[in-house]
Amino acid sequence: MSGPKLTNPVVRWIDHRLPVFTFLHHEMHEYPTPKNLNYWWNFGSLAGITLVIMIVTGIILSMHYTAHVDHAFQSVERIMRDVNYGWLIRYIHANGASFFFIVVYIHIFRGLYYGSYKAPRELLWMLGVVILLLMMATAFMGYVLPWGQMSFWGATVITNLFSAIPLVGESIVTLLWGGFSVDNPTLNRFFSLHYLLPFVIVGVVVLHIIALHRFGSNNPLGIDVRGEQDTISFHPYYTVKDMFGLSVFLTIMAAVVFFLPNSMGHPDNYIPANPMVTPAHIVPEWYFLPFYAILRAVPDKLLGVLAMFAAIAVLFVLPWLDRSPVRSASFRPIYKIMFWVFLLDCVALTYLGAMPAEGIYVVLSRLCTVYYFFHFIVLLPALSIIETPRSLPRSIGKPVLGGGNGIPAPAPAAAREKP
Amino acid sequence: MADNNDQSTRRDFIHVASVSAAALGAACIAWPLIDQLNPAADTLALSTTEFDVSGVQEGMSVSVVWRGKPVFVRHRTKAEIDEAAAAELSDLPDPQTDADRAPRPEILVLLGVCTHLGCVPLGQKATDPKGEWGGWFCPCHGSHYDTSGRIRKGPAPTNLVIPPYKYISDNIIKIG
Repeated sequence: MSGPKLTNPVVRWIDHRLPVFTFLHHEMHEYPTPKNLNYWWNFGSLAGITLVIMIVTGIILSMHYTAHVDHAFQSVERIMRDVNYGWLIRYIHANGASFFFIVVYIHIFRGLYYGSYKAPRELLWMLGVVILLLMMATAFMGYVLPWGQMSFWGATVITNLFSAIPLVGESIVTLLWGGFSVDNPTLNRFFSLHYLLPFVIVGVVVLHIIALHRFGSNNPLGIDVRGEQDTISFHPYYTVKDMFGLSVFLTIMAAVVFFLPNSMGHPDNYIPANPMVTPAHIVPEWYFLPFYAILRAVPDKLLGVLAMFAAIAVLFVLPWLDRSPVRSASFRPIYKIMFWVFLLDCVALTYLGAMPAEGIYVVLSRLCTVYYFFHFIVLLPALSIIETPRSLPRSIGKPVLGGGNGIPAPAPAAAREKP
Repeated sequence: MADNNDQSTRRDFIHVASVSAAALGAACIAWPLIDQLNPAADTLALSTTEFDVSGVQEGMSVSVVWRGKPVFVRHRTKAEIDEAAAAELSDLPDPQTDADRAPRPEILVLLGVCTHLGCVPLGQKATDPKGEWGGWFCPCHGSHYDTSGRIRKGPAPTNLVIPPYKYISDNIIKIG
């Protein structure tokens, strides 16, 4: 836990007055990290790097983009055809959004499996949910900017969600539009906000990291670090591991950018926006599909919108719904199964969100939506009471060897909470 | 790991190899990010301009837009040509003969951008100040150009630039 050995006198002079080098050494070099992290712990740093990629390519694209209904579509086509490497930069940005969500969703499900949201990391988790919400808003507004058919009708449908609010709904929608339909004022403000929000995300990410470094990472065993024998320094062990994960990630991303750049987009967005004609089948980007399925599953307009927002809001209170004292699903036999069932439910919702809202798909959407909320509101609190966890290892350093059979399993919450 | 004499190890090799690969990758992605700042294909496609000089009357000057900048096309009078030809090369900060600058003496084609810091010199309109040598005068920092567009006085280091151009017929020039 010593400070860095600064040999360069200039560095030392600066560090004495502005201790950035000490800070970086403390937080990115010696930062003690559980030594048993598996590859699912790569996705936090991957998300951070993806955010940087999105901001760099986004700033470049904005140098060539024109936020006006008469020029937006053509300026995007100019980026694709005339600007040097514009096709590459735009494809990185467009596919980067999808990869950002892939990485973040894996990061979230990692947290769900290993109980990373539990005390003392509740605020860390909630800041993450805030980042998810900001990402969704940013991605949605970014998708509007090319001003194709999907941009226009996506913007129309999503802004109309707010019309479900009783009494003031219509006024709010007019306020969002800056007019009586999605038009130039809407495009201008979306561009402004699409540029702003990523920097707000950076700010929340900083808070997320501060909260993370308060208690350090959770780990696959879900037990607390008990001393230096349980940790290794962040550098070089996890910097190298993160770099390796990054190179695998970038290889996959490059393969998509170069060979399948439109696989996650929708061809209708290469048709300029036409306020007079709605495409026959409009779908949001894939990363919104589960929430879109929940929206459509509810037959009432207001309740559908509320259910959609509640699907994310429930994540905020997750640390208080799951009362089990054991973090990692490895030691929770029932939760471990229910986690995979829940993951399957989310995949099913994604699929159903892309299907037309008719026949069997409506029925399945409703079942999956009910299960989504059942998992959080009924199952998790119930499991906290009825599930008997397996016995936890004594420490990270000695998960099996040298010392009896580990500590006894914590009793179920019901037994424990009796006075 | 086998010990060897020069203290280098396989681990050193892996370090150098991976840092080199990362640096190469960074350079490969840096280039597109920088090159996008260069003129785009549609900008380059607009890089030539054609102009019919027969419409310019004697004593008259016309400004033509080429690559977003003014090109001065001046149909010089006999007096102006004589004045330009008479100048002593030793008097010029940037010596150049008038014949080199205007292959067809009556039609002078210049890039209308002061070589000091890029302002557009005055002298195209009859009412403009033309400077002490009767050519052009840059109001920004006081550079005087003669009737051949050569710098005579002021901070500009060189003569007004002659853009690349050629006659593609008797009276039509293609600039660029």
